[in-house]
Amino acid sequence: MSTVTPLAERPSVRKTNENWVRAKRMKALYLMMLVPMILLFTFHYVPMYGIMVAFKKFSPGLGIWNSPWNHFEHFKGLFHDFLFTRALRNTLIISILKLAISFPAPIVLAVLLNEIKNGMFKRVTQSISYLPHFMSWVILASMVGEVLSPQRGVVNYVIQLFGGQPINFLSDTHFFIPVLVLTDVWKEIGWGAIIYLAAISSINTDMYEAADVDGATRFKKMIHITVPSLVPMIVIMFILSLGNILNAGFDQILNLYNPMVYGVADIIDTYVYRRGIEQFQLDYATAVGLFKNVVGVALILSANAIIRRRSEHGIW
Amino acid sequence: MNKQRFSLFDVLNVFLLSVLSIAILYPFWQTVILSFSDPSSASSLGVHLWPEKWIPDAYRFVFSYQDIAAAYFNTILRTVIGTVIIVCTTLLVAYPLSKKDLPYRNYFTIFFLIAMFFSGGMIPEYLLIKNLGLLDNRLALILPGAVNVFSIIIMRNYLMTIEKGLEESALMDGAGYFTILTKIIVPLSKPVIATVALWAAVGHWNAWFDAMIYIRDPSKTVLQMVVRQMMVDMDLSQTQFGGGGMTNANLLLSNVRAATVMISIGPIILIYPFAQKYFIKGIMIGSLKG
Repeated sequence: MSTVTPLAERPSVRKTNENWVRAKRMKALYLMMLVPMILLFTFHYVPMYGIMVAFKKFSPGLGIWNSPWNHFEHFKGLFHDFLFTRALRNTLIISILKLAISFPAPIVLAVLLNEIKNGMFKRVTQSISYLPHFMSWVILASMVGEVLSPQRGVVNYVIQLFGGQPINFLSDTHFFIPVLVLTDVWKEIGWGAIIYLAAISSINTDMYEAADVDGATRFKKMIHITVPSLVPMIVIMFILSLGNILNAGFDQILNLYNPMVYGVADIIDTYVYRRGIEQFQLDYATAVGLFKNVVGVALILSANAIIRRRSEHGIW
Repeated sequence: MNKQRFSLFDVLNVFLLSVLSIAILYPFWQTVILSFSDPSSASSLGVHLWPEKWIPDAYRFVFSYQDIAAAYFNTILRTVIGTVIIVCTTLLVAYPLSKKDLPYRNYFTIFFLIAMFFSGGMIPEYLLIKNLGLLDNRLALILPGAVNVFSIIIMRNYLMTIEKGLEESALMDGAGYFTILTKIIVPLSKPVIATVALWAAVGHWNAWFDAMIYIRDPSKTVLQMVVRQMMVDMDLSQTQFGGGGMTNANLLLSNVRAATVMISIGPIILIYPFAQKYFIKGIMIGSLKG
């Protein structure tokens, strides 16, 4: 212990030196990343500085830095703001209903598709099923509006055939949420099924053969082999969805809702949009958005941590 | 020999899936019909499976209306340029990050990963664009999404699996990293590049929210916003797409909107049969790779 190792020979320093030498040799690789890093920094990290607005009394004339501090006043106001608590409640209700209905739908579709023996029929059905996934909610909302239209929509036509009164689905607080959930199923059922179909195709065929020997019916094999084999994947997807519970579907709702259904349809994201961009209360809207982002990130990170612990493979 | 028999379950299953397919397709078909119908039959209640007469008036109107033509052009422009940029940034970042011996690689990876989870949010992003003077500038539709971290991860994971031999011998011969990237890596990763490019293209083609908050000038907006505007302004007389031109063409706003929707989804439907496998490849690599 009495002898002092020369600085350059200490392991940690030697490692650093080696790294530097190697880094110099590979400097072209760092250079490659330069422009993308500047872009990402400007358009992703700089707005994080703008979050400061949530703690200020923001006036556009003074700018972000010079506007006076308002500390936590906006956040203290959150839970006294009826419109915010309503948006929070709506967000949770819509998300939970989607978890209950849009989440299992692709699993059912995948299991049913797997039972189809005709390859052509299976392929065509599958291709059709994920077509809406590639359309924006602007386009889909326009189609939904036509199908549900009280004047010429097919749904109201059927209702009237059976002697009912036409329903204005998109302006009725009782029907708006079911419309949200069903159109969500329409858009995502096929896309969601892909991952379960892949999981099904990796099930060991020995199990089915063993079941055949035991005289199991097709239906029994489906219930006792296919579905249980999907459980690990279902659990992963479910935890991921839980992590996204504060995202109730901004694009969908912004394109389908109208003031008549704000009471049930206004979610946190749409509230931030209206408060911030339409009414220009930038500081308060940023505070609402920040609240949602902080809770949302915490949820997503915990979801990831849980999945990692369970199954060794997280999202990245 | 197993006899091929159809059980009740099979019949029910095929029936169920057929109903689902029809339900999924019906709204699309109705849009087709509506875009070709004459206004009186289009506005009547009922199931329209075939128009009484195929009338292309709505399309004639859409293509002659200057703001729609401009919006279509803007959509194509942002899709082409935006996609090229995303593919470039993806390759430029994924290639270095795929090298296990790159010093300080982890710090760079973290720099990109953080962006996937944290963001400033809607309002701070709006303020940034405003402060940069990019409001009403088409760059506001391209630059904020120029780096796609998800694509980078997919590409990096793929690059880590490809054979290193060719690359190492090129290095020995004194080739630079840029040469290796363009001459060796790019040709080897064509399928993943196609996946990333298709995703980027569909994303740009369908994007509307950025145009909604950053663009006011109707000559700079995108097609999606035109459709949205037609949906919001249900009252014909008030819409910028109504007025004189509309009454002359003797069309309903819903006819015109259906035609606009058709020209908007047309390109996606056209590439759909060829592009499908790449889309699916994307979700599989992205979600299953550890």
